[in-house]
Amino acid sequence: MNRAAVPRGSLLARLRLRERIRDRDTALYGILLIVALVFPAATLYTQDGSTYLISLAGHAGTYVLLAIGLNVVVGFAGLLDLGYAAFFAIGAYTYALFASQQLLASPIHHAYHFPFWLMMFVGLLIAASAGAVLGFPTLRLRGDYLAIVTLGFGEIVPNVFYNLDQWTGGINAIGGIDQPVLPAWITGPWAGANNIAIVSPFNFSFDPIAYYVLIFVLVAGAIILVNNLQRSRLGRAWMAIREDEVAAAAMGINTVTTKLLAFAIGASFSGFAGAYYGASFGLVSPDDFLFIVSITVLVMIVLGGMGNIPGVIFGAIAIYFILNWFLPSLPPNIESLANTFGLGALNDRNGDWPGLANATQRLTLLIFGLILVTMMLLRPQGLFPSRVREQELKHAVALEDEAAVEQAHA
Amino acid sequence: MASSVSALNRFRYLRLGGVTLADYGFYVLCATAIVLLATQAVIDPRTFFQTLDFGVADGAIYALVALGYTMVYGIIELINFAHGDIFTLSAFIGSALLGFFAINGDSLTLTNVIALLIVFPVVMLIIGGINVTIERVAYRPLRNAPRLAPLITAIGMSFIVEGAMYLWRGAATITFPDLLPHGPGFQTYIGGVFFTFKDVFVVVAAVILVSLLAVFINRSKLGKAMRATAQDRDAAQLMGIDINRTISATFFIGALLAAAGGMIYGLYFTSLDYHLGFRAGLIAFTAAVFGGIGNIPGAAVGGLLIGLVQAFSDNYIGSKWTEIVIFGILIGVLVFRPTGLLGMRVPEK
Repeated sequence: MNRAAVPRGSLLARLRLRERIRDRDTALYGILLIVALVFPAATLYTQDGSTYLISLAGHAGTYVLLAIGLNVVVGFAGLLDLGYAAFFAIGAYTYALFASQQLLASPIHHAYHFPFWLMMFVGLLIAASAGAVLGFPTLRLRGDYLAIVTLGFGEIVPNVFYNLDQWTGGINAIGGIDQPVLPAWITGPWAGANNIAIVSPFNFSFDPIAYYVLIFVLVAGAIILVNNLQRSRLGRAWMAIREDEVAAAAMGINTVTTKLLAFAIGASFSGFAGAYYGASFGLVSPDDFLFIVSITVLVMIVLGGMGNIPGVIFGAIAIYFILNWFLPSLPPNIESLANTFGLGALNDRNGDWPGLANATQRLTLLIFGLILVTMMLLRPQGLFPSRVREQELKHAVALEDEAAVEQAHA
Repeated sequence: MASSVSALNRFRYLRLGGVTLADYGFYVLCATAIVLLATQAVIDPRTFFQTLDFGVADGAIYALVALGYTMVYGIIELINFAHGDIFTLSAFIGSALLGFFAINGDSLTLTNVIALLIVFPVVMLIIGGINVTIERVAYRPLRNAPRLAPLITAIGMSFIVEGAMYLWRGAATITFPDLLPHGPGFQTYIGGVFFTFKDVFVVVAAVILVSLLAVFINRSKLGKAMRATAQDRDAAQLMGIDINRTISATFFIGALLAAAGGMIYGLYFTSLDYHLGFRAGLIAFTAAVFGGIGNIPGAAVGGLLIGLVQAFSDNYIGSKWTEIVIFGILIGVLVFRPTGLLGMRVPEK
């Protein structure tokens, strides 16, 4: 290629930004990155220094990790997993048990305080091995039977944590979980300090911004990792199995090992997320890992666009904020809206009418269901379906149409 | 690793006298359970038969709900998450309709009988209509969409139905009119076991409904169309079967059974809340899988067995372990017998 032909004038042209933006997925990554970077400063500025939205975003990050992990199992390998929260629970409890006073009261009478950075990887390994242990006897089950086994597993795990109250505290949950400690960190007005300074050593102690940075790094790492996985030999094997297991086996793919790896690797992300979850809330209870969590993560990835990593991330963030920010803030917002329009009388309790805020609060579950159904009906492939999948589906439809035409002629 | 897995499979399918090793494992598990229970029956027959009585009554209700799951799954391969909520909704509607009648729960008065005879079919028809609407709105447009899309709308519909009940009656537990006679004349001790009219009613009602369903599926033209559609939708269509109508009919009949189940649940337990269907639905679905999903007698048997497992586990192991036992058995059954108890070994498509 002639080097002189490469335009040198503008920076825009040199980075080939225009072509990149035209590629939807790259553009989506770009938007997510920019929003993630601007978000803390913007909210601090607009919310008068309140860090509520930032801590919410940190928790949303947990779900992004979960969605990325479940996407490996469901989106890449095509194995329906309805009990993903079990691995999340295993990761969270691994950290909670070995980084709190909890085990002091247990039969071994000794509290462990391992550092977060180590336990994150231990949680990952334990969740991955749980995935492998569950997968080993069950992966030869086809399709939905596998889904049901995972569903059962997802019901069993939180129940076990609930019942083994000698060890896990059961319904009382595990509290007082250690905070991560870094050798050094920058503090400033956003964390309540007077001026910007370096603290060393730095204890996270529920600092939302520190957690935000941590989850940002974790998610970024997970994205790079999972993108490489998708393009690797293993990733292609997963997709081959998803499309046609028999054909994949005939091509020399060891389907059992490949599926087992999908299960283990998918689970490992949630082990990771579990440790972060335990640390950022400082409290781990069996009720945090019920069937509804598995379902929520599944909804996130299907709605975002299964198999497409930026789509899945977008779906996770969108659903998290709908569930934890939009819907809970609806009743007070409606109330103040009614006041501005002079309909303040609706806000009062009156006979059977429970008041506007209360009525709206009762509506939230219904609204969430409506959002799910409408979104799925409008975009059955999800918001940002994987490009490859989209092409395949179009191709399949075209082939079917051709076949129909041939039949009509015959 | 890989070789060990295939070795495991080879081991599993090793045949001894025409029976695979996996089947032997399954038989051993069943035998162990039976022996353990038989020991209990000998040691303390009264507790045993009392538990059996509770288990059969529970199981009859689970069976009615499980049938709807299995029929829908058999015909469109969808886990209809909204089904459990349809079940709860029927009890909600039933309790509202029964409110119009003067109620006297202590004896089998004429008013009670008339009220039940009117309300039962009305609730069943309403719920059937709602379920057909749900299929029409949320599942039919997605019939050729990616497989997980209707699953998500099913979850959405479940939230919508639950949300509607929440909006209607709030989060509090609602009481269902206690219409079935439960006075001193309607309960008895047989060999030290306490039987009530309610137990008998639940079981008889369930048996009648399941038998009617079996006759319908096996004898009627529509039932034949359902079986054909479940087996091969395209071939059924080529034979002139109206697929949409058949699927609607499946949803309608599944809902009739769930509605009857919900009414019976209300009459039997007399209290419920909007969230009941989520858990009950999950367990009923487990029952359907247990019996072999898509298999109609399997769902009835599975429901009954899950009810028994629940009652025995509540009594002998402790109720906090029941859910672990149920789902543990589910995993065990699927590992040893991947198509359920009565499921056939079908070749993979």
